[in-house]
Amino acid sequence: MSNNIRIKKGLDIKLVGEAALTKSEAIKSNFYSIKPEDFHGLTPKLLVKAGAKVKAGEPIFYDKSNEAIQFVSPVSGELVEIIRGEKRRILEIKIQAEKTQTFLEHQKIEVKSAKAEDIKATLLASGCWPFIMQRPYDVIANPNKTPKGIFVSAYASAPLAADYDFVLTGKQAELQAAVTALSKLTTGEIHVSVSKDSHSPFTNLEDVVTHTVSGPHPSGNVGTLINKIDPINKGEVVWTVSPQDLVIIGELLLTGKFNAERIVALAGSGIKEPRYLVTKIGSEIATMVYDRGIEKEANVRIISGTVLSGKEIKPDGYLGYYSNVVTVIPEGDDYEFFGWTKPVFDKVSTSRALTFSWLTPNKKFDLNTNTNGEHRAFVITGSYEEVFPLDIFPMQILKACMYQDLDEMEALGMYEIAPEDFALTEFVCVSKQPHQKIIREGLDLMLKEIG
Amino acid sequence: MSLKSNLHTLKEKYKGTKMAPAFNALHTFLYLPNEITHNGTHIKAADDLKRTMNTVILAMVPCLIFGMFNAGYQHHLALGTIESAQGFLGASFWTWSNLVVGMWKVLPLVVVSYGVGLAIEFLFAVIKGHEVEEGYLVTGMLVPLIVPIDLPLWMLAVAVAFGVVIGKEVFGGTGMNILNPALTIRAFLFFAYPTWMSGDKVWVHGAVERAGTADAISGETILGSYAQSQEVVYSYADMFFGIIPGSIGETSKLLIILGALFLIFTKIGSWRIIVSTLIGALTMGLVFNGVVDAGWISSSSKFFGLMSVPFWQHLIIGSILFGAVFMATDPVTAAQTNKGKWIYGFLIGFISIMIRVFNPAYPEGVFLAILLMNVFAPTIDHYVVQGNVKKRLKRLKVKTT
Repeated sequence: MSNNIRIKKGLDIKLVGEAALTKSEAIKSNFYSIKPEDFHGLTPKLLVKAGAKVKAGEPIFYDKSNEAIQFVSPVSGELVEIIRGEKRRILEIKIQAEKTQTFLEHQKIEVKSAKAEDIKATLLASGCWPFIMQRPYDVIANPNKTPKGIFVSAYASAPLAADYDFVLTGKQAELQAAVTALSKLTTGEIHVSVSKDSHSPFTNLEDVVTHTVSGPHPSGNVGTLINKIDPINKGEVVWTVSPQDLVIIGELLLTGKFNAERIVALAGSGIKEPRYLVTKIGSEIATMVYDRGIEKEANVRIISGTVLSGKEIKPDGYLGYYSNVVTVIPEGDDYEFFGWTKPVFDKVSTSRALTFSWLTPNKKFDLNTNTNGEHRAFVITGSYEEVFPLDIFPMQILKACMYQDLDEMEALGMYEIAPEDFALTEFVCVSKQPHQKIIREGLDLMLKEIG
Repeated sequence: MSLKSNLHTLKEKYKGTKMAPAFNALHTFLYLPNEITHNGTHIKAADDLKRTMNTVILAMVPCLIFGMFNAGYQHHLALGTIESAQGFLGASFWTWSNLVVGMWKVLPLVVVSYGVGLAIEFLFAVIKGHEVEEGYLVTGMLVPLIVPIDLPLWMLAVAVAFGVVIGKEVFGGTGMNILNPALTIRAFLFFAYPTWMSGDKVWVHGAVERAGTADAISGETILGSYAQSQEVVYSYADMFFGIIPGSIGETSKLLIILGALFLIFTKIGSWRIIVSTLIGALTMGLVFNGVVDAGWISSSSKFFGLMSVPFWQHLIIGSILFGAVFMATDPVTAAQTNKGKWIYGFLIGFISIMIRVFNPAYPEGVFLAILLMNVFAPTIDHYVVQGNVKKRLKRLKVKTT
C-alpha cells in the first residue's frame, strides 16, 4: 500500500557542504560519553560506579520514573568518570574503550513468532527502548501505553541531513526485523514516509505502510507525516523511531548484540571534504571533524545534528545519542556595516525586502551563525504560515506557550507537535524568537501538569 | 582602531548599564550586531525587524516627496502665482519653488514626529531595560503623511507624545499595542483640536493665516466639496495622480499603488488586507449607488452628494487607498490569521465608505474605521482560531463514538 503526501508550505534551505556519498571509517575514539541531557526530561539512576568494567550493551543507568527503561554503554571498557553538575546532577558518563570489544549477549528473538511482551521486555532490557520516542511531548516512549501507530520518516529533508537511502543500504534484514517486532506493539500500523524518487529499502518491507512524500522541508519531518495521516487526538499516543535507530534495534533482535554503530554525515561549509563516516554513538567529535575537516584556527560552530535542530558541541565534545549528522558552519560573531539595510545576496530569506535569495532558488548558501538581527517581540504575521504545513496556528500556539495557558495549548494542538516542527518558523522569524525552546518549555509544562 | 572595534569596546563597556539600550539602538543602526545563535536553529534568515520596517519606509518615500511638491504647488496655485499644472508631468508642478515651500512645511513635521516619538521610545527602553524596538520608525514616517500641511508643530508634538505613550507604551511597547499608533495620533488631533482638523482651511499652506482677509484662499479637500454636493473642480486624472489638496502623503493614488505593489512584492505588506479593504470599499460604494438608483433618497438629502458618487471613484478620493495600504496592514494591530485578514480588511473598506457618506461634517472615515477594526481584530482572530480548535474536537468525537 502506498500513498502520496504532497506539501506546499515549507522551505528548502540549500547549504554548501553536502556530504559526498562515500563511506569511510572514522578514527577509533578512545573515550565515549553518554549525556543524560540527550534524553529529554530524564532523571538517571546509575547502575555502575566509576572504575567499573562494562561490556558493550551493558546497562549503566536507568530512568528513575520508569525503572524498566535501561540505558546501555555503546562500547566495552572502563567507566572512567562521572561528571556531575549542580545538585550532583549527572552531566556526562565517560567510558574508556577497550582494544577488543566484548558484547553483552541478549537472547535472539524470532520476530515473526515472538509475543509482544517478550519483544517489549527485550527492547527495554537491551537499551533499545530509548530509541522509541512518543508524541505527545516528544520524550522517550512510555512502555505502559500502547500507541495507535508508529511513524518513521525515511526521508530527511532538513538542510545537510544524512541521506537515509545511502546510510540504510544493505540494512534491509535489520530493518525488517525491527518493523516486524514493533508492529506487534501497536494497535495500528507502522507508517513510513519515503521520498518520491527514492530507492529506500523500506519500499520492499513487509508490515509497514509506506507513504511517498514530496515538497519542501519539513516534508521529511515525522511530525508532518503524523499530521497528514493520522493526527494525534487528546489521550492518544503515537511512537516515532528514526531509521538509523531501527537498524540498531533490528540488529539486536537478530544477533542479540547492541551494536552502537552510526553512519554519520559530516557536512557543512566548515568541512574541507564532507562525507559519511562510520563511528559509534557517543564517540569523541574530534575523531571525526579534524581529518580532512576543519581548517586550522577556523572560527566554526560544531553541531551534533542538523543546523536547524542540532546541539552545539565544543571541539572536545561527543556525538549526541540520536545524531546521525555532524554539521560544521562558520561562526557569525562579527558586525556587518549597515547590514540591516543593504541589499543581501548571500543569505537566505523568504521575503524580498532587498533580499535576493528568491532570484537564485538553486544556489547553495554558506550561512553562518549570526542571528541577523536582535530579539524582538512578535510583530510580523503571516510569515510562519508560509513555511508551516501542519494544520495548526503556529503563532497562536507559541503565544499560548509563552503565557502558559494549558487549556489553550491543548486546544490549539499541543499534543501533535515537537520542537523540531517549529525549526523553520524559528529560522524565518523576523523577531528572532526561540520557537523551539518555547515549544519545548510548553511541552514540559504540559507533561508536568497534565502528564 | 577602526570604528567597528571602537564601537565594540564601547558596547562591552556599557553592557548592563541603564544607557545600554540607547547606545545599542544607535550602534545596531550602524552595524548589524555580532549576536550569534545558541541552541535552536543555528542559522537564521536574513530579515530582521529593522529591515522589515525599512522596507515600509522605502515604500512611503515617494509619497513624502510628492507631498512636498504638492504642498508648494497647492500653495502657489491658491495664491494665483502659478498656472494650473494640467496633469501629472505639468511644468508648473515639479518646480524648485514648490519643493522649497513643501520642504519648509513638511520636513519640520517629520523631524518633530521622529524627534518626539523616538525620544519617548528611548526613554521607555532605558527605564524598562529592553532594547529600542523599531516599531516607531514606520509610525514616525506615517504621521507627517496623514496630517494637514498647516498643522502647528506643538500640536503634532503633543499628539505624538499622547499616541506613543497611550497608544503603545502602556500596552507594553511594539508588538503589544491594540491600536495603530499613527492613527491614535491622528485621532487625538481630530478629537482634541476639531476646529483645526475638520475645517476647510488647513489643507493648503497659507489658507489659515489668510482666512477672513481680502486675499483669503480656500483650503478645502475634494471630499468636502463632495459632501456639500458641490461641483468638484478637479479631473479624475488629477485625483488619481494626486494634484489636489489633502493630507500630505495621501493624495497621489499612483504613488500609493506603486508603494502597495512594492510592499506586496517584498512580502512585507499583506496583500490579503489591501485587496479585501478595496473590495469592502467598492461593495459599500455599490450599495449606496444602488440606493440612489432605486430612488430611495432624494437629491435634497444631505447624504446624496457622496452617496451618488460612482462606486469606483471612492478609491481615488480621500485617503481610503492610503489607509488600506499603509495603515490597515500594520501587522500588530491587524488580524493575524490569514482568513481573519480577509474579514478584517473587508470590514475596514465597508465601514470607511459608510462613515464617509453618513458623516458629511467630517467625511474622512478611514481612520475611524481602521481604529474600530483594530479593536475587533482579536475577536475576528478568535473565531478563526476557534474554527481550527473545533475541527480538532470534532476529530476526537468521531474517534470516540
